[in-house]
Amino acid sequence: MAGHSTYVPAFGFTRWLDKRLPILRLTHDTMTTYPTPRNLNIWYTFGGILTFCLGVQIVTGVVLAMHYVPNADLAFNSVENIMRDVNYGWLIRYMHANGASMFFLAVYIHMFRGLYYGSYKEPREVLWILGVLIYLLMMATAFFGYVLPWGQMSFWGATVITSLFSALDQLIPHLGSAITSWLWGGFAVGDATLNRFFSLHYLLPFAIAGVVGLHIWALHVPGNNNPLGIDVKGPQDTVPFHPYYTVKDAFYLSLFVILFAGFVFFAPNFFGNPDNYTPANPLVTPTDIVPEWYLLPFYAMLRSVPQKLIGVLVLVGALVTLFFVPWLDTSKVRSCRFRPLMKQLFWVLALDCVMLGYVGSQGADAALNLGGMQLPLVWLARLGTAYYYGFFWVLLPLIGRIEKTKALPESIAKSVLGATGERT
Amino acid sequence: MATATKPEPTRRDFLYIATGAVGAVGAAFAAWPFIDQMNPTSAVLAMASIEADISSVQLGQQVVFKWRGHPLFVRRRTPKEIAEARAVSLSDLPDPVARNANLPDNAPATDANRGSKAEWLVLVGVCTHLGCTPTVSTPQAPQGDYGGWLCHCHGSQYDTAGRIRKGPAPQNLAVPPYSFLSDTKIKVG
Repeated sequence: MAGHSTYVPAFGFTRWLDKRLPILRLTHDTMTTYPTPRNLNIWYTFGGILTFCLGVQIVTGVVLAMHYVPNADLAFNSVENIMRDVNYGWLIRYMHANGASMFFLAVYIHMFRGLYYGSYKEPREVLWILGVLIYLLMMATAFFGYVLPWGQMSFWGATVITSLFSALDQLIPHLGSAITSWLWGGFAVGDATLNRFFSLHYLLPFAIAGVVGLHIWALHVPGNNNPLGIDVKGPQDTVPFHPYYTVKDAFYLSLFVILFAGFVFFAPNFFGNPDNYTPANPLVTPTDIVPEWYLLPFYAMLRSVPQKLIGVLVLVGALVTLFFVPWLDTSKVRSCRFRPLMKQLFWVLALDCVMLGYVGSQGADAALNLGGMQLPLVWLARLGTAYYYGFFWVLLPLIGRIEKTKALPESIAKSVLGATGERT
Repeated sequence: MATATKPEPTRRDFLYIATGAVGAVGAAFAAWPFIDQMNPTSAVLAMASIEADISSVQLGQQVVFKWRGHPLFVRRRTPKEIAEARAVSLSDLPDPVARNANLPDNAPATDANRGSKAEWLVLVGVCTHLGCTPTVSTPQAPQGDYGGWLCHCHGSQYDTAGRIRKGPAPQNLAVPPYSFLSDTKIKVG
């Protein structure tokens, strides 16, 4: 929260430094005295968890890059070398691979938290947009990283995703092909592609770290939203970030790390695809090609449309839609706690995304057997895609106008401490 | 003052804009090497053609070669497959253009325009949707409804002339530039 600093340097050296580079003052103001609403719940600990995830990915990634070889002939074997021969290589690689899934798990919870409590609304629009940007950068980074082991899924995933650009041929002839050839550095995904993806995979996490800095800056100007969605009215509504939220974040982070460690040590290939332990073969596509779980809902949307360019546009549009959410929601009330209609539609959206994820994980011509009647899954994908777009572009603007919201509490303090707002 | 007139542009204004313009053009030129470096190198482009020995391909069989990093399908069609492909009317084809690099761009997608010899079909084995390799259909293991190929990634189906019939792929499988060097040898690219 923008306010004047209460930092008082305690020692001679810190007084000296404070006049030259007030970095300790910045740390103090943003991580110690930063006034935080006193009613934040478990769902607000995921920002800290995500910072931890980014740190884990960067540290393990830098180590893996010391042993990995970005060459089409050597990449697969160098990964096997990491797994078998490098000291603790198996641990570091499993942390990195499962860390990506944990990162996306946390980011999805964080995003749905933001949607539920209306954290994207005025004055936090830029905060939300920066978050969507981080999410897109994460997807790009994860995609580049998935290509590096150079297994069958790596190769064909790279082929399918880069070929999305070839849909532009239907707008301007040869434009799409020129872009794919430029991305590949050849006539197909190959050695040149692998090398540049490695370079970008190393670069983008630092770009993410930069945008995370902006994200936190944009958070600290208006201050945290909170489960009630009402503004902080004074010091009685807040507690200092340290020790209250440093401890709360640390507690939930340790639970999260237990889950993370559970996957790393007991089910390290749970999120992986066995086909990726087969070296890349440009002549044979695996029969069932699926992206990583965190991309499945968008994959289902792509496949729900039988026309190439429109399918690609539906996929891209689903992501671009997120940028407009702050202006699509017309309600003055932020939190779903006081929006009965929005609350229901929100949960339908959450289920919708899970359903789309399931459909995306199944084969292109799979069907659901409903007591003898075959329901092709592609129809579920169409229904799900329609709801996703309908939620953001129709329902969100509409229900803000017609919904009868519940009465908002007077203040955070009164809601937490009872009618007097005083500690009893 | 209510009626402020814009001052005449000065020499300084002109120099300011001209310098900025030259700087912008310079930046664009400087960016080009950093963009173009990602395009295929001349070594990659030089590897663009292969010669393939097709003498071992049996009737009804498909053999896959590698050309420009992609699978190259060489299929020796049975009379039945040829007859099926010839029986299709052009109006039933989602993509009515031959997509044959050896013919003009607007040649119709008749079966005769898909290969220079009826028995031989030479195709780039890249699904025109998102680049997977379609699986060949045989009488023992049919793939899709049209006897040609099925792409498992997103369900595109091709007929026995490699023309798209169903699914999200927008175009027929591409016919690469090729020629018969002898009855048993082709040059592709």
